[in-house]
Amino acid sequence: MSVLIREPGAIAEPVTAQRSQSIWRTIRRRPSATIGAVILLILIGVAALAPWIAPYDQHEQVGPVFGHPSWSHPLGLDDGGVDMVTLLIWGLRISLIVGFAATLVSMLIGGTVGIAAGYFGGRTDTILMRITDYFLVIPDVPLMIVVAAIWGPSLFHIIIVIGILLWTSTARVLRAQVKSVRERVYVKRARALGAGHTRIIVRHVLPQVAPLLIANTVLTIAVAIFDETALAFLGLGDPSRISLGKVIENAFQRAAISSGAWWAIVPPGALVALVILSCSLIGGALEDALNPRLRVAHISAHTFRLRPLVGRSAESL
Amino acid sequence: MRGADYIVKRVMFAVVTVFVAITINFVLFRLAPGSAVSNLSRVPHATQELRQAIKQQFGLDKSRGEQYVLYLKQLAHGNLGVSFANSQPVSSNLATALKNTIPMVLLGTLFAIVVGTLTGVIAAWRRGTLAEGSSVTTALAFYSMPTHWLGLMLVILFAGVLPTGGMSDEFLINPSWWTHTEDVLKHMILPSLTLGLVLFGEYTLIVRSAMLETLGEDYVLTARAKGLSPWAIVRKHALRNALLPIATLVALSLGYIVAGAILIETVFSWPGIGRAVYDAVLERDYPMLQGAFLVLTVSVVFFNLLADLLYFKLDPRITE
Repeated sequence: MSVLIREPGAIAEPVTAQRSQSIWRTIRRRPSATIGAVILLILIGVAALAPWIAPYDQHEQVGPVFGHPSWSHPLGLDDGGVDMVTLLIWGLRISLIVGFAATLVSMLIGGTVGIAAGYFGGRTDTILMRITDYFLVIPDVPLMIVVAAIWGPSLFHIIIVIGILLWTSTARVLRAQVKSVRERVYVKRARALGAGHTRIIVRHVLPQVAPLLIANTVLTIAVAIFDETALAFLGLGDPSRISLGKVIENAFQRAAISSGAWWAIVPPGALVALVILSCSLIGGALEDALNPRLRVAHISAHTFRLRPLVGRSAESL
Repeated sequence: MRGADYIVKRVMFAVVTVFVAITINFVLFRLAPGSAVSNLSRVPHATQELRQAIKQQFGLDKSRGEQYVLYLKQLAHGNLGVSFANSQPVSSNLATALKNTIPMVLLGTLFAIVVGTLTGVIAAWRRGTLAEGSSVTTALAFYSMPTHWLGLMLVILFAGVLPTGGMSDEFLINPSWWTHTEDVLKHMILPSLTLGLVLFGEYTLIVRSAMLETLGEDYVLTARAKGLSPWAIVRKHALRNALLPIATLVALSLGYIVAGAILIETVFSWPGIGRAVYDAVLERDYPMLQGAFLVLTVSVVFFNLLADLLYFKLDPRITE
């Protein structure tokens, strides 16, 4: 194993049923996660309402090329004279669709592989994890570029390409967690009562690993959106669908910088950064909450100095 | 003896992975749309004889199995094929590109390691203070920015002050060695800084969590009870143990940095391996793309192996 791929599940203590219901509480208790969740929800809302709130048509030329920001166009116009605010709203929509869809693909693959490997163990585990290890080592971005270049640019291809390359960390995290859940008494009891594999997995294993899966999903969305932006920048995006990555690429290719049109290039990237930031905040906080060892470690030197023993016992291992 | 086992196992894994990558490489490019003949001949209304001749020339009349064996054989001799774009051997194209990439990447990585470790340690040590809040926020912000966009932001900020494209000033006539080096270094600042800033965010977060983990250990409490100065605790006890994950993660990230250079080199027209990938994509130069992918994969596998061995060296208890 490459020892240091973060595997929160490996060191996590059992996730109790009560904890699995408290994801929202976890998010609310952590200010950084709350901020992240609020930002993400607002962005999703904007993207969902795109057809109604976008001020202009996304293909309509409403002014001069790289028109300056004005009252009617607060972020100016792009290289085709299209309103930037409109482009950003529609671009956000496509970027989020790609991010969520690719993540769904990777969750399905990673979840299945991770649960199967952890639950069945033995040879299934060895084979699945060996495959995962190879996928983990092969660099995703170049492979994505190669596949996208060969396969041709389309939104569907991009989603699949990103999805089938991002599942490895999910598989490993889940496998570790499932392995420990499998040994729980109630799972053994269910098996003794004659429950089939499907029933045990759906009723007993899945609910236990769900929070971890969700934390991992949120982090994967961030990576997927980043990858889409990168692919689009390299000219491998879907030419007919304008994502945020595509907006950046267009501005770069049409020399927005040397035209002094910062408004065509700063906002789309900042928006991508905002999406990634909010996902990282939520995912990081969830992972923190699910991983008690990290939490103990978070006893800082600072609090430590004030109340060393209280801190230790309150958060006891 | 288990240690030796571990090393052998890791090396075997690396070798097999490279082999898997080579196979993927072979299969993927056989899936490319259009037969190699229609891509290569670029002759409208080519006669049947010409097609046959080209097929023979490129060994396409052989079975897939034979082609695969042939591919492996050629690869073993260091033959990566010939670039469609400039008709040069892919291997020499790649060697030139790598020679340009490595110094730029090294400079950026060094910057990230130094600054990232520093801020990470401060963030962990001063947990709950403004120092932690601001360094974690900064790190997260840089970590979230799309690499190429950060590069473009630097271009906007420094346009006119520093060179923003290429590797050297083509209008220098017969520059002395020193002027030339200075010129290249100047061109290197922005791409390296982009890489450095992106990595800095990542390293700060890694160092911080590694430090937090060790700061929670009993021996740190003991050190504190002995009345050691904070600096001594950090340097001798906490950081030294935190170095374990840090060192391996840095080694791991090195492989991906070369891959990440694709975006940066595209922004700054840096004539390295990443730029080669970009150009190959644009020109559908499959042999070049194939070779570059192989080089990138091998470098990741190599650094991965290095990380494993480094970890073993730092912590001999590891055997799995």
